[in-house]
Amino acid sequence: MVKKLFAPLTIIAAMMFAYAPFMILDAPYESTMGLIQKIFYFHVASAMTMFLSAFVAGIASAAFLFGRKPAADRYAVAAAELTVVLGGIVLVTGPLWARKAWGVWWQWDARLTSTLVMWLIFNAYLLLRKYGGPGSDRLAAAVALFGMANVPFVYWSVNVWRTVHPRTTVIPTLQAGMRGPFWFAVASFVLLYTLLLSVRAALEHRRAELDELYLAVEGD
Amino acid sequence: MRRFARAVWVVTRKDLLVEARTKEILYTTVFFALACVLVFAFGFVRDGQALPDAAAGILWIAIAFSGTLALGRAFERERQGETLRALLIAPIDRPALYLGKLLGILIVLAAVETLVVPLVALMFQAALFDHALLMIGLLVAGTVGFAAVGTLFAAMLVRARSRDVLLPVLLYPITVPVIIAGVRGTAALLQPEADQPMARAWIAMLIFFDVVFITLALWTFEPVMTE
Repeated sequence: MVKKLFAPLTIIAAMMFAYAPFMILDAPYESTMGLIQKIFYFHVASAMTMFLSAFVAGIASAAFLFGRKPAADRYAVAAAELTVVLGGIVLVTGPLWARKAWGVWWQWDARLTSTLVMWLIFNAYLLLRKYGGPGSDRLAAAVALFGMANVPFVYWSVNVWRTVHPRTTVIPTLQAGMRGPFWFAVASFVLLYTLLLSVRAALEHRRAELDELYLAVEGD
Repeated sequence: MRRFARAVWVVTRKDLLVEARTKEILYTTVFFALACVLVFAFGFVRDGQALPDAAAGILWIAIAFSGTLALGRAFERERQGETLRALLIAPIDRPALYLGKLLGILIVLAAVETLVVPLVALMFQAALFDHALLMIGLLVAGTVGFAAVGTLFAAMLVRARSRDVLLPVLLYPITVPVIIAGVRGTAALLQPEADQPMARAWIAMLIFFDVVFITLALWTFEPVMTE
């Protein structure tokens, strides 16, 4: 099922990403920031996908830790890696935008700091898995739970503290012409995310199978 | 319930007894905290005067750094003595084991703080004792949050490779909200006009983090420490 759908979905995702810039080009200019605001479509879309990814990593880790399902761990590691990649996109597009909008690359406000912290936690997850030695997958799962617990903080931080970062109310109150391109960009990111997640988890699955085969050969 | 409390106390008492006989963690941690304060003093002192808010930052960095050291040693000792396995097969609940270890570390850290806090107050002319109750509230709530996460990660890293470097790598990003709240709360108290409502708000925030962290740690300690 997934295998059959993978190729056509990949083509659709590629087409969506090819078409997204044209939609963004057609969207109305924001009154104060002008062209600079266009980065919003990818910045927020990747941030939303990053939150989704952190949840996938956390929930899969909980399933692995408490339900002892090895398959869940493969999704957890795939989601954690993608959280780091998407967080990297957020943390690059954000400062690019901030430099023009606020005049500085980085501001130590609640939203920016909490996003950086969440990104660091998932980096720590990957470091632990890579260098922690045997048994570190279970330990990393606990780290992913703490990483997931961070998501609500990052999300609400702009509404609780006074920050320079726009609030979450920006999204529901978007101008009519911006809404279409924005949700199109979100859909593109989520589709690409789903594809990457499945292919990365499949790779882990193959790796686990290979390990089992090696063990079986050595056992003989 | 009473059995649980007794189990917690037995684990704590064991750690305190070992510590009382060697005093290893206490001595090394106190001097490490001192060294931290010294190093940071060079970064944040101009013409013999500390920069504003420097004392709050230095105090909490010293607590976080020396806390990491104490956590690492507390579990390294179990590993070297090969007593961790004995602890794990002891007929007590995992949460009791976790809380016992946490309590032991908290008592050691409290001893370290009673030495380091007056020292920072003295060396940076910081009025840390003008609002002693609020300051103690910040220290207690902050240390509990830090140690709650620290005990979980130090315990689970005992059997991991490169644990010495992985502990801070895991611990600091996760506990940074606690450190931020501690520093901001302390800085609010150190202003010329101490901002007490602000300090109370940060204490409330710290207590919220404590609850979240202890819940998550109690929840994950059992599956993580079971082979």
